[in-house]
Amino acid sequence: MEFDWSVVRYAAPLLAAGIVMTLKVSVVACVLGLVLGLAAGLASLSSSRVLRFLVRAYVDFIRGTPLLIQIFLVFFALPVVGVRLPEFWAGVAALAINSGAYIAEITRGAVGGVERGQTEAALSIGMTQRGVLWWVLLPQAWRPMIPALTNDLITLTKNSSLLSAISVYELTRAGQAVISTHFAPFEIYLLLALYYYLLITALSFASRRIERALPTW
Amino acid sequence: MVSDELLVATHISKSFGEKLVLDRVSLTVRQGETVTIIGASGSGKTTFLRCLNRLETPDAGSIRLGEEVIGGPPATEANLARQRRLFGFVFQRFNLFPHLTALQNVALGPRRVLGLPRAAAEARAARDLDRVQLSEHAHKRPSQLSGGQQQRVAIARALSMEPRIILFDEPTSALDPELVQEVLDTMRALAADGMTMVVVTHEMRFARHVADRVVFMADGRIAEEGTPAALFDTPRDPRLQRFLRHLEPAV
Repeated sequence: MEFDWSVVRYAAPLLAAGIVMTLKVSVVACVLGLVLGLAAGLASLSSSRVLRFLVRAYVDFIRGTPLLIQIFLVFFALPVVGVRLPEFWAGVAALAINSGAYIAEITRGAVGGVERGQTEAALSIGMTQRGVLWWVLLPQAWRPMIPALTNDLITLTKNSSLLSAISVYELTRAGQAVISTHFAPFEIYLLLALYYYLLITALSFASRRIERALPTW
Repeated sequence: MVSDELLVATHISKSFGEKLVLDRVSLTVRQGETVTIIGASGSGKTTFLRCLNRLETPDAGSIRLGEEVIGGPPATEANLARQRRLFGFVFQRFNLFPHLTALQNVALGPRRVLGLPRAAAEARAARDLDRVQLSEHAHKRPSQLSGGQQQRVAIARALSMEPRIILFDEPTSALDPELVQEVLDTMRALAADGMTMVVVTHEMRFARHVADRVVFMADGRIAEEGTPAALFDTPRDPRLQRFLRHLEPAV
């Protein structure tokens, strides 16, 4: 089999546009997923049984169903109940809701993993549960969360390729467009893999730098 | 009723599962008094101390500190949090906040619980670190301090809330032997200043020489209480006699 370099030269700049969209989708979904996940994680630590149950149900649903189905649900099923989102926002919402569930679990684990004596010491100086969480537990929990969060955000970036299924013109979709006109799946999918690999490697590198720059105690 | 009674605990009972850990324990502490609680491990002394400021919730009994009935009414979280700061609590394992400096550890309560402005909270923290003679270590993290220094920071943290009484739960048990004395000296100075203290301890010299009163607990009850001289020189309860015999070399 001949490797067709000309199609690679043709596709490389076209795919660059796709990578910009992949980055846009990932960054926005990351931010929303973090906010949603932190909120859900804190809710699962609250004393309200209703809140804890709701978070439990949310996490169970996300873990128990494929991401592709979740994307289709947001894109095709929500319009039935009157919520019509454009492709970009439907995709972003699906990715954020998906990663939010995992981030909720990371948050719950990290905060719950802080030694019990820290809570008792904070209670003993008259803090309420809310104060304990805010001033004592969270400041100690976020550092051990970083590696797990990085993992999740990398997964999210890779998962964004599934948004090609609802015609978000991100990297994978851009590649598929070239394939449909030039019929060079081997070259293009290899190129896509390389692009994703470079993107993820850059992300991992950045996260290790951030981790090293964080204070220890 | 004697007017200088500060803490009155009446018939405190507590079970963990099937096991009855405290069986109707009553104790009265007067203003300015230092009471030590001694006893074998498992006798319920730590649990009793933790019931006093509601780190454990007693199953039965009542606790009064001054005019306050601890635990309500109203039995709200806010009221309980407010009442807890009337007690200082010093833990066996210090439980300092590792992400904060010594000064920030001590200032956290005044700043975030009492709502003092930052400068005022830090001034108060500096005052209390000075009281435990750690001014020069104010900007170190707990991990940079020795165990004895960490425990003194924990004492300063308790002092910073200006509590009416301080509860000590085996404050020297987690320390290397050469670091015990500096903590005991700090506690002795507090007692001399008139601080009301309840101290669960295995330090019999402290119990004998600093305490106004010694309480011996066994099997979830107070088996004997009195002056240090009475308990150590003429123990009546056979369990106390046995307990002291085992400690003989130390006393």
